[in-house]
Amino acid sequence: MEKVLNINLKVWRQANPEVAGRFEEYKVETSPDSSFLEMFDVLNEQLINSGQEPVAFDHDCREGICGMCSMVINGRPHGPKKAVTTCQLHMRSFNDGDTVVVEPWRADAFPVIKDLTVNRSSFDKIIASGGYISVNTGNAVDANSMLIPKDDADTAFEAATCIGCGACVSACKNASAMLFVGAKVTQLATLPQGKAEREKRVVAMVNAMDAEGFGACSNTGACAAECPKGIPLSVIATLNKEYTKAKMKGF
Amino acid sequence: MSLDSKIPKGDLANKWTEYKSSVPLVNPANKRNMEVIVVGTGLAGASAASTLAELGYKVKAFCFQDSPRRAHSIAAQGGINAAKNYQNDGDSTYRLFYDTIKGGDYRSREGNVHRLAEVSTNIIDQCVAQGVPFAREYGGTLSNRSFGGVQVQRTFYAAGQTGQQLLLGAYSALERQIGLGNVEMFARHEMLDVVKIDGVARGIIAKNLITGELERHFGHAVVLCTGGYGNVFYLSTNAMGSNVTAAWKAHKQGAMMANPCFTQIHPTCIPVSGAHQSKLTLMSESLRNDGRIWVPKKEGDDRNPNDIPEDERDYYLERRYPAFGNLVPRDVASRAAKERCDAGFGVGPSKMAVYLDFKYNLMNKYGKAEATKKGIANPDEDTLIALGKDVIKEKYGNLFDMYKQITDENPYETPMRIYPAVHYTMGGLWVDYELQTNVPGLYALGEANFSDHGANRLGASALMQGLADGYFVIPYTLGSYLSKDIRTASMPTDHESFDKAEKEVAARIEKLMSIKGTKSVESFHRRLGLIMWNKCGMARNAPDLKDAIAEIKALRAEFWSDVRIPGTDKGYNPELDKAGRVADFLELGELMCVDALSREESCGGHFREEFQTPEGEAKRDDDNYMYVASWESKAEGEWELHKENLEYENVKIAQRSYK
Repeated sequence: MEKVLNINLKVWRQANPEVAGRFEEYKVETSPDSSFLEMFDVLNEQLINSGQEPVAFDHDCREGICGMCSMVINGRPHGPKKAVTTCQLHMRSFNDGDTVVVEPWRADAFPVIKDLTVNRSSFDKIIASGGYISVNTGNAVDANSMLIPKDDADTAFEAATCIGCGACVSACKNASAMLFVGAKVTQLATLPQGKAEREKRVVAMVNAMDAEGFGACSNTGACAAECPKGIPLSVIATLNKEYTKAKMKGF
Repeated sequence: MSLDSKIPKGDLANKWTEYKSSVPLVNPANKRNMEVIVVGTGLAGASAASTLAELGYKVKAFCFQDSPRRAHSIAAQGGINAAKNYQNDGDSTYRLFYDTIKGGDYRSREGNVHRLAEVSTNIIDQCVAQGVPFAREYGGTLSNRSFGGVQVQRTFYAAGQTGQQLLLGAYSALERQIGLGNVEMFARHEMLDVVKIDGVARGIIAKNLITGELERHFGHAVVLCTGGYGNVFYLSTNAMGSNVTAAWKAHKQGAMMANPCFTQIHPTCIPVSGAHQSKLTLMSESLRNDGRIWVPKKEGDDRNPNDIPEDERDYYLERRYPAFGNLVPRDVASRAAKERCDAGFGVGPSKMAVYLDFKYNLMNKYGKAEATKKGIANPDEDTLIALGKDVIKEKYGNLFDMYKQITDENPYETPMRIYPAVHYTMGGLWVDYELQTNVPGLYALGEANFSDHGANRLGASALMQGLADGYFVIPYTLGSYLSKDIRTASMPTDHESFDKAEKEVAARIEKLMSIKGTKSVESFHRRLGLIMWNKCGMARNAPDLKDAIAEIKALRAEFWSDVRIPGTDKGYNPELDKAGRVADFLELGELMCVDALSREESCGGHFREEFQTPEGEAKRDDDNYMYVASWESKAEGEWELHKENLEYENVKIAQRSYK
């Protein structure tokens, strides 16, 4: 006999950005081996079968890498487990009879579209402002002509594992995007290829971040604590250092 | 209709060089007046959109996700192949070409595959220049590992998330062009039809998924980079949103689907555990570098795997294929796992799994090396395990974490349990050497086309093909087409062809919404998946395929009379969007079975039980089936077969052997 968990859900429902939202309560029976989103699949199947609208939520790869899933679960982005996305959170982390509160990311720069779905295009705009190395296709030299110490490659890789989900923003009292921006700045400033335009890049990205309505760093470290990929807080220190150096050089 | 593959004449190694040197060009002033639509922003789409924009074309890019960075290329784990020969182990462009042709079981084109091998090295250079943080050695050079079907180390990687790093590289190039105003990006948009004017692709109808509005977009050419259709099986390693809709609409507009039954069932995935599952999760092929695959020698042995002594284990891949061992190609490894499980030797609760065990290499390969480095003499087992674990963690840490998260078991201590799952589709839209479909002006790149992998794709070659097509092939071949179109001004979208296409799309949406039946879209998708998996999966036979065709037709009729879609067609309605995709899968599934039925041979991932060697290997019929099966849509459920014969001028075709 397969084990079953009974979960009481309180889910944020909001038809569109113009109307006020509210919590709705539902009961769901789920397998402890289900992922959190598979539990939502069961809920949606129930809602459809009873003639109601299913809950809209973003999700795609369900492997913890695309960064699309985005639920605040019992007050924490991606739920109670460390370094785990919503899609990789499994129901065995909950107990039979638990009440679970589910909300969308909350930040001015991430407006709600519907229910648990928010608009994160502000992150794309920050990358478009300078989160790249300006190299056209076809200009590259042989890959091994540029030796990169393993430690630098590892540091750049660690920062580059950011999935752009926005949990850092959601966790921050100020809805700051500095962990996200710091991760990209750290990746590109650590690598020799990225050094040519490091000053221009960091200033442009910080300006874009401010223009999109993200707040300043709250210094609480909630972003790094909630990041599903374990991006370290030190990327914010790198961001500040890079920004200060660039400003002193007159960028 | 004749299919001209347009492979350039001449020596294999010079075809692409000569093509590039003689291809007509578009001058920079004219490029600024030419519009190109790119649908999909995975490796192929993002690299194509950014590169075409760098060249000066006006590009519009579309994706259904909330950001181009989320395309499913992001989930590719193990690596990307390139014939760099950095390991000095005998690699070359020819060897990568040969391995790919052989791995594909002699069902791909020599010309296309050789070009792929040639540009593979440029891809690595380009990605490094963009800041992609590949794994490196202490001396600062790039690191490599092995993949299946190959005896050299040519795979470049970034831990177990190579696809993510490559896609973020291509995405950053794309965002740069968006920032410069050269690409206009339409996220949360889905292409719902190709618009043809005078038989030539001139644009698309796209749905804004948030507002529900239909939009018309003109392009001098339309480039589809919309991925594969593995989700027709419901359970697959694809993302939830991955779909065939864009490719299928192109097919309905005249583009041929080639070899649709060629499906890759990946040998190492986390097994199905229950009815709640919405998808399956891959465990990268790279794990077969260090993991050994086995089942107990005794049928139904349910001891803890760690308690089963060495001489009671059957390392069946090493036993059957000593030359390649655990690194045989995917189709071979998958069939071998199925054979053992069907014979009653499977493990785990469902008995439909085999072990992937790291302990031997963890101790003997890495543990001992680390002990030597640290000067530890005569290390005991616990020390070796502790030392080896750190190395394994660095190579595959994120995969081990993911396995633990899903199964609640610790793979550092207990062998992983794995089973094959649907992963990739070698079939796709038919394209010629220039990646153009048989509809002029309509192109297909990456997994959406059929061209390079034959009947079985080698590991770490999908990333290579996606980026090869986008960065290095389409910039030349599209120019060849557009150079003849420079006198065509951008067309207004009030042309009658746009009117007609939009009306048809709107009518289909209205029809879906008007059914108001009793069953959810999801329930139909699950049922289709079961038919496909049971009858058009790892093993196929004529009676089953005939049954499947009848069952799919019936299911499709039931869908169109009894599906329930909540909400309205205004605004954001993910259920409606899913319904459109499942409706297309319900047509594609039938074609896959039709194709599988008509190909009366076994090759690569297509295994017809009636056609096998005495040892149970795939038995090809080169005399009768050495062709690309290209299907032209005639009416719903009706197709006409066109054959493109494959010619091998350089490779000697033979029975594939990995023994």
